[in-house]
Amino acid sequence: MMNSDESKSLCIGPYRFQSRLLLGTGKYPNFDIQRKAVEVSEANILTFAVRRMNVYDPAQPNFLELLDLNRYTLLPNTAGAENAEEAVRIARLAKASGLCDMIKVEVIGDWKTLLPDPIETYKACELLLQEDFIVLPYISDDVILAKRLEKLGVHAVMPGASPIGSGLGLVNSLHLSFIIEQSEIPVIVDAGIGTPGDAAKAMELGADGVLLNTAVAGAGDPVKMAAAMKLAIEAGRMGYEAGRIPMKRCATASSPLEGMIR
Amino acid sequence: MQITVNGEVMELPEMTMTVQHLLAHLQMENRIVVVELNQSIVHKSDHAKTGLANGDRVEIVHFVGGG
Repeated sequence: MMNSDESKSLCIGPYRFQSRLLLGTGKYPNFDIQRKAVEVSEANILTFAVRRMNVYDPAQPNFLELLDLNRYTLLPNTAGAENAEEAVRIARLAKASGLCDMIKVEVIGDWKTLLPDPIETYKACELLLQEDFIVLPYISDDVILAKRLEKLGVHAVMPGASPIGSGLGLVNSLHLSFIIEQSEIPVIVDAGIGTPGDAAKAMELGADGVLLNTAVAGAGDPVKMAAAMKLAIEAGRMGYEAGRIPMKRCATASSPLEGMIR
Repeated sequence: MQITVNGEVMELPEMTMTVQHLLAHLQMENRIVVVELNQSIVHKSDHAKTGLANGDRVEIVHFVGGG
């Protein structure tokens, strides 16, 4: 039985967060909508990518520079990396900003599915742990890889629900459950979430958090969807903590069978 | 002096001799950026004392939206 503090917060490495929603910052229609979506989501952790500045347009606005950085923990990703070496290079650049020491290790192995390369991901995690990063690898729903990474010392594992940006929801709930049941470290379901129902379902399985981006940024009303995701993740978590009823193939009456008027 | 910044070859003015000068020249001195010189990170505290040489390869990166 968890005490109420633990059940309420998400602990990753040395950090503790009130919100179990990790929000991506890509692809919003504009900064104003994005700012409002971030606000109503009540997310504590925001993900970012690391990219070259445009040397010909130094005045370009930047979302991160508009944020109150005391209110958020940054989770930069290594998106774009195709091997461990590239991922480590991006991670070091992110950390050198002095703004963060968490890193989402994302090493893509296939550009059609955007599925992660497990071997390069593992190697990158190994190197980054040696450099004292707080390491959160994005992985496919590979139960054994999750176990191996936990043994290596990563601070959380982030299995995908379905391909990045697909909105397909949880395509393999069974494997996600296996990962969740075996893990002593946080499991954050990352990628593929389409609806609040998907996010709630992930939390009902016992996930410690959900990371999503496109589901909010690409919604008809991103601000409303951000609010919906917040509620869904809270509802799913409460449902998990409450303990669901077992599934049965036959009906069981809810009303008494005795005392019927004949 | 000719250097490559973010893949773009550029000719620097005479007085642009350090990483700090380069950021000022590019009007990026007040932005949240991280600099890499020939694949080694140059920390902010070292920007003023890190000199540039002809043929250097510089990366200037920042945080952008991403998931």
